[in-house]
Amino acid sequence: MTRVALARALAALGGSLWPPLAALAFALAVSAGIVAAIGESPAAVLPLLFRQGLGSLDGFARVLFDATPLVLTGLSVAWAFRGGLFNIGAEGQLYVGAFCAAGLALALPGLPRWLALPAAVLAAALGGALWGAIPGWLRARFGVHEVINTIMLNFIAVGLTGYLVQRYLKEPGQMIPHTPRIAASYHLHPFAESAAGRALGLSPANPLGPSLLIALAAALAVWALLRWSVAGYRLRAVGQGPEAARQAGIPVGRVTWQAMAMSGALAGLVGVHDVLLYRHRFLDNFSSGLGFLGIAVALMGRNHPLGILLAALLFGFFSTGALEIDIFTEVPRELVVVLQALIILAVVSIGELAARARRRRRRAS
Amino acid sequence: MSILLGLLLGTLRTATPLLFAGLGGMFSERAGVVNIALEGILLVGAFSAAAAAIATGSLAAALLAAMLGGLLLAALHALVTLRFGVDQIVSGVALNMLAMGATEFLMWLLYGSGANSPRIALAAPGGERGLGQLLVELPPLTWLALAAVPACGWLLFATRFGLRLRAAGEHPEAVASLGLSVLRLRLAAVLLSGALPGLGGAFLSLGAGYFVKNMSAGRGYIALAALIFGRWRPGGLLAACLLFGFAESLQGQLQLPWLPLRFVQMLPYLLTMVALAGAIGRSRPPAALGRPFRRD
Repeated sequence: MTRVALARALAALGGSLWPPLAALAFALAVSAGIVAAIGESPAAVLPLLFRQGLGSLDGFARVLFDATPLVLTGLSVAWAFRGGLFNIGAEGQLYVGAFCAAGLALALPGLPRWLALPAAVLAAALGGALWGAIPGWLRARFGVHEVINTIMLNFIAVGLTGYLVQRYLKEPGQMIPHTPRIAASYHLHPFAESAAGRALGLSPANPLGPSLLIALAAALAVWALLRWSVAGYRLRAVGQGPEAARQAGIPVGRVTWQAMAMSGALAGLVGVHDVLLYRHRFLDNFSSGLGFLGIAVALMGRNHPLGILLAALLFGFFSTGALEIDIFTEVPRELVVVLQALIILAVVSIGELAARARRRRRRAS
Repeated sequence: MSILLGLLLGTLRTATPLLFAGLGGMFSERAGVVNIALEGILLVGAFSAAAAAIATGSLAAALLAAMLGGLLLAALHALVTLRFGVDQIVSGVALNMLAMGATEFLMWLLYGSGANSPRIALAAPGGERGLGQLLVELPPLTWLALAAVPACGWLLFATRFGLRLRAAGEHPEAVASLGLSVLRLRLAAVLLSGALPGLGGAFLSLGAGYFVKNMSAGRGYIALAALIFGRWRPGGLLAACLLFGFAESLQGQLQLPWLPLRFVQMLPYLLTMVALAGAIGRSRPPAALGRPFRRD
C-alpha cells in the first residue's frame, strides 16, 4: 500500500521534473550550436554559466542575489496561474511596489526603524496589490481578459513612476532620473556587512541580503496557502473550472480580483529587494524585464513554490554567467537571453506534447 | 500652415509601423490566434532590413529581408501554438524575449556594438515644406501602409479566404465540419501577421537611418491596442493608429508644457483599457480568440 503510494509520488515527481530538465537540455544544446556556429568552443563557453556560482561561496551568494527578485515574480505569476489567470503585469506591479516603498521612505524619513521597515515592506506589497487588483477587478466586473490590461498597465506603471520621479522626486543636480537616497532607518543591510557574513568569506561588495529571506518566506507562505487555506482551495477551484466553482457557491469574481491582488503583492515585494536592500532609492526604468522572467520561472517551476525556487536559482546562475561570458569570451552575453527564451518555448512545448501523448495512450487503452 | 502640415506628416509617419503591425495582428486575431509577438516581429523586421541594407545597399533587399525576418518569427509562433498547442500568450512572451536577445546578439557579432548599427546608406526622407511636396515627402512605405488598409479589408471581408479565416476565429468547429483545415487557415493568418509587421519594422530602421537596440519600443503592443480600440476592423484600426500617431506628433510638434510626453505615450494604453471595459460601446474579440483548436 505505502509502496504503491511511494511509487506514485515518485512517478508524479518524475513526471513534473522531466519536462523542465529536457527543456534545459534542449536550450543548452541549441546554445551550444550557436556558440559553435560563431567559431567559439561550446565546451569552453557554456560552463562559464555556472563557474562563478559554483566556484565560491561569494559567487553563489551573488547567484542567490540575482535569484531573489525572480522567486518573487515567479511566485506572482504562479499564484495567478493557479487561479486560471495569466498575469503578465508583474513588471508593472513591481514598479509600483518599488515606487511606493521609496515614496513612503522619502515622505516619512523620521520613522523609527522598527516601524520604518515593516511599513516600507507593506507599502511595496500594497502598491503591487493595487496595480494587480485593477485588471482583476476589470476581469471580474466587465469580463475583460486580464492579459491585455496587464500589458497596458505595465506601460502605464513605467510611464507614471518615471514621470513622478522626473517631475517631483528627482535628486537635485543629478542627470540620472532617480530619487534621493532614502533614510538609513529604511535600509536593509547586506549579509556581507555582518560578522557572520564576513566569517563565511563574503566579499565586502557582495549584495546578498535579507530580501532573500523575504522571498523564501513568501515561497513558504504561497505553498502553505495553496495547500491548507480556504483561499488557496478556492483559488485552485476557480482555476480548474470557474463554472463548477460558481455552482459550488464560490464567489468567483471576488476570488479573481483577490488572486490578482495577491499576485501583484508578491511582485511588489521586488521593491523591497531593489529599493530597501540594493539601491536605497527608486531608479526610473530599473527593471530589465524581471516580471517577464517571472513567467519563465513560473513555467519552468511548474507553478509549484519548490519548483519556482529551483527555477529562479537556475536563472540566477544564468544572470551571473552572462557577465562571465561577456568578460572572458568573444560571445555576446545576449546569448543568455536567447537561452532563456528557448527554455520557455521548449518547456511549454514539451509539456503540451507529453499531455497529448498521454491522451492518446489513454484512448488507445 | 507649416505646423499643420508638420502635424499631418508626423501623424502619418508615426502611424505607419502601427498600421503594418496592426493589419498583421488583425489577420491573426481574426483567425483566432493572439499574437503579442508583434513587438518582436517589428524588432526583427527592423534589424533584418538594416542588416540587408547595410550589406547590399538595396531597398528591395531590405524590404524582402524584413518580411522574411518577420515571417520566421511568425512561423515559430505558428509551430509552437498551432502544431504543439502551446498557450499563445506564453509563446508570444518567449518570442519577444527571443527577438530582443537575438537582435542584440547579432548586433555585437556583426557591428561590434549592442547599441546601434552603422548608418544605412539608403536615402532617408528629407525635410518638409509646402502641401505639394506631401506626395514626395512621405516615405513610400507610408503610402503602402495606407493602401494596405483597404486591401486587407477586401481580403478579410470580401473574399472566400477571408470569410473562412474569420470563421476559424469565430467558430472553428463549423469550419472543420465543412472539411476545411482550421490549422491551415490559422497558419496562413499567422504568417501574414509576420510579413506585414516586418515591413513596419523596416520603416523604423530605414527611416531612422540605422538600427537601434530595442527600437520597436512597445509599438507592437500599441498596434495591438489600436487593433482592439478599432474593434478588429480595418477602418477602426486606421482611425486608432492615426489617433495615436496624432497624439504623439502633436506633442513632438508643439511641445506643450502642460502635456508631458510620458502622458501622451500612455494614452493608447489607457484608451484601450477604457474601450475594453465597455465605456465606448462593447469591444468584442473574435469568439474563439486564444483558444487552441484540436482535431482530436
